[in-house]
Amino acid sequence: MKRLILIALLGSALPAFADRLPMPANTPASFTSECSSCHIAYQPALLQASDWRKLMAGLSEHFGSDATVDRKTEQEITAFLERNAGNASHLGNAGNPPRITQTARFIRKHDEIPAKYWRDPRVKSKANCEACHPGAAKGSYSEHDITIRELRE
Amino acid sequence: MRAIPAAALLLASLACHAETPQQIRQIYVAEATSQQAGFMPSAKRGDAFFRQRFASNDKMPACTSCHTNSPLNAGQHAVTGKAIKPLAVAANADRLSDPAKVEKWFGRNCKEVVGRACTPAEKADFVTFLSEVR
Repeated sequence: MKRLILIALLGSALPAFADRLPMPANTPASFTSECSSCHIAYQPALLQASDWRKLMAGLSEHFGSDATVDRKTEQEITAFLERNAGNASHLGNAGNPPRITQTARFIRKHDEIPAKYWRDPRVKSKANCEACHPGAAKGSYSEHDITIRELRE
Repeated sequence: MRAIPAAALLLASLACHAETPQQIRQIYVAEATSQQAGFMPSAKRGDAFFRQRFASNDKMPACTSCHTNSPLNAGQHAVTGKAIKPLAVAANADRLSDPAKVEKWFGRNCKEVVGRACTPAEKADFVTFLSEVR
């Protein structure tokens, strides 16, 4: 009986685990304050290290905004992102400028979403993870939590 | 000589404390006054600035593009869709409590939306508007 419960627990925990990308415990305050004003603080595991380096080298033209930070902060954030970056072979290349939404992993995970949902005013942009994943900022991307009911299937 | 370390200590302790909207307003008023004698900040001019269409940026022609028609409302980033807390102190007590943060966002948003740096007078008016609007 005990074993059955354990198996059931494991079974329910595993799919959720696959969609959990918790923020590393050593996240510097500068990352949170500089990188989560205009969008959520995207978890470092969402891009590979070389893509984070590319992104950090182009902050003066960051998707249409000047997101420059001082040199010390830039070094601190870059080091943090490199240290905790995602697995290159799972993610695939993110293009130039690197976009999380251009990684093979993101595309594969979202391949069943019809274009009209991306244009939905509640979503607005692929960058707006929280529109569908309310726990995104905390690293929870589970399909069970999707807020837009029509998309939950 | 003794006064210098004392002043430095005072400055350091001030930097660690949250400032009030009045103190932040005073910083910009002092700066504006040094350029224009007798300058008086105006919430009304700040309000007009908030509503002005600068049209320098297609996606964000005005402050209102992200911050809605009232700084008392929560806004939404025009590009990313991320929720933005209200700008008005009356609706969000965290606003205008950190001079470095206020200056950082004037720096970014003026460049991006107004298309140039804002003047100390514009900043003083804007801060006055945000602290007084109800």
